[in-house]
Amino acid sequence: MKKLLFSAVAALTLMAAAPLAMADAPKQGGQAIITFNNDLTTLDPQVGYDWQNWSVIKSIFDGLMDYKPGTTELEPDLAESYTVSDDGLTYTFTLRDGVKFHNGRPMTSSDVKYSFERAVNPATQSPGGGYFGMIAGYDDVAGGKATTLSGIETPDDKTVIFKLTRPDATFLHLMAINFGYVVPKEEVEKAGADWGKNPVGTGAFKFVEWVPGQSIKLERNKDYYKPNTPYLDAITFEFGQDPTVAVLRLKKGEIDIVGDGIPPAQFAELTADPANKDLIVVGDQLQTGYVTMNVTQPPFDNIKVRQAVNMAINKDRIVRLINNRAAPANQPLPPAMPGYNPDNKGFAYDPEGAKKLLAEAGVGEINTELYVMNVDPNPRIAQAIQQDLAAVGIKAEIRSLAQAEVIAAGGSGKAPMVWSGGMAWIADFPDPANFYYGILGCAGAVEGGWNWSRYCNKALDERAAKADSMVKDDQKDARISEWKAIFDDVTKEAAWAPVFNEKRFTYHSDRLGGDPALFTDPIHIPVNYDYIYAKDAQ
Amino acid sequence: MLRYLAKRLAASVLILLGVSIVTFGLTFMIPADPVTMIAGRNSTPQMREQIRVQLGLDKPIPEQYARYLGRLVTGDLGISYARKSEVAPLVASRLPPTLLLMLGAIIAELMIGLPAGIYAATRRGRFGDKAAMTLSFLSVSTPQFVLGLTLLYLFAYLWNWFPLGGYGKISNLILPALTLGLAGGGWYSRMMRSSMIEVLRNDYIRTARAKGMSEWRVVMKHGFRNAILPIVAMIGLDVGIFMSGVVVVENVFGWPGIGQLMWQAIQSLDIPVIMGVTIVAACFIVLGNLIADLVSPLIDPRIRLR
Amino acid sequence: MGDTWKRFHCDRLAMAGLVTIVVFAMAAIFAPVIAPYNPSEQFFDGLTLEGSPLPPSWRFWFGTDTNGRDQFSRLLYGARTSLLIGIVANGIAVAVGAALGLVAGYLRGWTGAAIMRLTDLMMAFPPLLLAIALAAILKPGLNIVILVIALVNWVQIARVIYTETVALSEREYIEAARALGAGNLRILLRHLLPHLIPTVIVYATLGIATTVLLEAMLSFLGRGVQPPTPAWGMMIFESQSYFLNAPWLVFIPGAAILILALAFNLVGDGLRDALDPTQRGRG
Repeated sequence: MKKLLFSAVAALTLMAAAPLAMADAPKQGGQAIITFNNDLTTLDPQVGYDWQNWSVIKSIFDGLMDYKPGTTELEPDLAESYTVSDDGLTYTFTLRDGVKFHNGRPMTSSDVKYSFERAVNPATQSPGGGYFGMIAGYDDVAGGKATTLSGIETPDDKTVIFKLTRPDATFLHLMAINFGYVVPKEEVEKAGADWGKNPVGTGAFKFVEWVPGQSIKLERNKDYYKPNTPYLDAITFEFGQDPTVAVLRLKKGEIDIVGDGIPPAQFAELTADPANKDLIVVGDQLQTGYVTMNVTQPPFDNIKVRQAVNMAINKDRIVRLINNRAAPANQPLPPAMPGYNPDNKGFAYDPEGAKKLLAEAGVGEINTELYVMNVDPNPRIAQAIQQDLAAVGIKAEIRSLAQAEVIAAGGSGKAPMVWSGGMAWIADFPDPANFYYGILGCAGAVEGGWNWSRYCNKALDERAAKADSMVKDDQKDARISEWKAIFDDVTKEAAWAPVFNEKRFTYHSDRLGGDPALFTDPIHIPVNYDYIYAKDAQ
Repeated sequence: MLRYLAKRLAASVLILLGVSIVTFGLTFMIPADPVTMIAGRNSTPQMREQIRVQLGLDKPIPEQYARYLGRLVTGDLGISYARKSEVAPLVASRLPPTLLLMLGAIIAELMIGLPAGIYAATRRGRFGDKAAMTLSFLSVSTPQFVLGLTLLYLFAYLWNWFPLGGYGKISNLILPALTLGLAGGGWYSRMMRSSMIEVLRNDYIRTARAKGMSEWRVVMKHGFRNAILPIVAMIGLDVGIFMSGVVVVENVFGWPGIGQLMWQAIQSLDIPVIMGVTIVAACFIVLGNLIADLVSPLIDPRIRLR
Repeated sequence: MGDTWKRFHCDRLAMAGLVTIVVFAMAAIFAPVIAPYNPSEQFFDGLTLEGSPLPPSWRFWFGTDTNGRDQFSRLLYGARTSLLIGIVANGIAVAVGAALGLVAGYLRGWTGAAIMRLTDLMMAFPPLLLAIALAAILKPGLNIVILVIALVNWVQIARVIYTETVALSEREYIEAARALGAGNLRILLRHLLPHLIPTVIVYATLGIATTVLLEAMLSFLGRGVQPPTPAWGMMIFESQSYFLNAPWLVFIPGAAILILALAFNLVGDGLRDALDPTQRGRG
């Protein structure tokens, strides 16, 4: 998921999958106001891919699968049940009865098929269409040769069958990401280019109005298939609200959630105030901030240089720079991700050792460039890294550019080093595979790809593919330990210098109630709108 | 006059054509690939190629420009990369707040500049004059982002007189309008001063004074009316200056206008939006310049400042 | 020249401006001597344990910035950046603008029209947006910022010089020189340029103020010189989120930009009065 700002981020907290304990009974009614600095770009589920619209879309639309609120445990959503064939190549979903779109029409299996085809069709320009590459017929649709996916069959209104070209252990997760959410064809076609501004889904909230640059209003979907959900009658998103200002407004009781998170300047003060103990919720997230090094060019084609960079960076100081809202990282995977290896210590901070390695590498004086997105605090983090590198004799010039330009420099292979902040990989779904193919595998190490290290290890790719073909329930542990081994090897290769794993802090008003897990919901950012409630509801 | 008007109009159209070429050329030279942004992290090269074809980016650049221009004349500004919706209605929806802000800024600069200029002119050479003119330089030397943050800090945060940014009420407008208009107020006070001094030298003013009219009435009735004309002609030129200012001011105050839209588009390299806003801004600037050009010679051929 | 200086000397505001500029220039030149610390050194104890910048103290006179660097040292070195860009960028803009304006005003015809239409075109762009676009195309850096600002700022002076040249060219002595067989270059350099110098000087001074502000705006938007080069606009950009809690981080560099721009404006205005270029130009 694309992250645009630092302070508020897409987060994935791995909670034990326990039923939510509610302190007091949630009430129906009331409303909540959430602020964001930037206007949303779109509410089209097949297109929206930044952390703000990601969860708003989740409240308006549904997919075949979802996660239990506040957890990362999969459960059927629009599907009532599913079966998997023994070879892992056929998934059969039975749809739930009584699901209606907001326009009143019942949802059927053909809507599901249409929605996936829409995601894969290049005309949609979906940033997530590539996720569905294992569905039979994908190549034809993605290549513009067909518009229907031969791998999706709809024998009747209630049944959808997916035929895959390869077994994929992540398939059920993919059925829960936004790009596969179900949209009504007639509304998409009616709205044309305006569809992203007039969404119609099956979800807990119904879209009411969008005043560009100012606000979006949603109201409770009274026909939602889950009884007594959602609790809130209405949600308003206000835009153009600087987070610093939003915090002051929250204190005054004007708004309920600072969508962008707590700005650095107010962080120490707010967290120190005992009155905020229950209002600021902390959670881990599946995020890693890292420096990529382009392994196809000198000096970073030399593994010793890459290891030296890993040892040169003082992660503790960088963590302090961002108000301790992160933990130092030692491997690509964040601690809450399955496959994280607590025994993998990575490279400890050791500037002397780094100098020694550089001397051994014998590459002479190193002059390089560090690309960084020009939104605070990323240039500051880059400057801290720059100082650390200078201390071991690596001169890195900073190139502070707009997000799009950094992505282009990374994608074209022009950037020797990139600090990932502001564009960091945050998992779209909680599985180690999601941290590999696009950003560390060969598939991403191409022109325009997102593997900015250009690290391509065919042997690792094969092992990854093998791991993901273990689809059976009893293979789960074996699969995760294989992924663990893969990431241990990736760490040793030092194509990245992992720097930290961000934590997530959500600041909400006293009027809002709900299990704390909902306020750092791993899937919904900043909060799970469907299950929070207003204490003052009548 | 009509011939002059026609000539100026034709020149304006040519300028806008030039603007479209330059904008198109500049956005092509920016080192970023929109396809990478659109296609996302799991895209295959094959899919990126498809998107490239769809955006028409595979065509030779002159052909792309011709298509672009063809759409432009029909008022079609293309489809936003990030939003996948049409740019023209998007810009149109963000335009009213910006125009409102500019109107507020014009009122602010006139309300600051005219009284200050008149005051300085009537106190010519004395302390009041010096003080007013020094303040006018202070106002033109203040960076807008510093002024905006300072006003927010003092009047919204510390003293709570105005809201901390936002949009919708007249109280939201005052601080950003002041931020945008203060520098112009400084310029206008200087222009008003010199214009007024020149008018007050005229014979009819002397006559009026000789008739025993009070100095206040002389200044307001005869002086003001004649001195303000050259200033009115300058207002059209403000548009160009404001179009830069709104990018900063709208971002500091969270004002939902085209400046904010522009900044977001620049950050995400949403090229159709960048081009659309630039063209629309250029239209307003050219229109403003045209008005100034048409009005100035009617009033005073000597004015060519700023 | 003596008269000019005498008149300028009597203008107290202009003198105050001049003194200010000299002080800033001294601070910039002797920054390595005056500055207590290396402006780029990020002190480990330059931040509180929570990562907040330190308020002003004996050790750090103006406090530390959000990277734990000494704000006072950065301010001094920032004067270098501002003055360097202000003088060089504006110098280029004035040289280019004056040359083009002179040529256009003297030759008129197709060349003149082409140059003037180019200025019309430039005027149709919001200068800030143009600068941002150019900065994005060329790799950001000190030289590029100078180039970008020069590219944007030459228009104003070109138009002013054009107008004055047109007026001058119609004077009898130019006609006379031409009748005597003087070449174009000779007329331009010997007969026109000297009369335009006062205007050029005034605009060169006033333009520095504009340039300082534009540079600050660019670095405030993260499009100026690259970190860690200290620049006042960028210092504000980096600590903007602290402006309610640590307002000095914004207000001190903000005041520095304001005072420097004001000083150049005052000197420019004083020079205008002292040189009275319009009258000489008409002489």
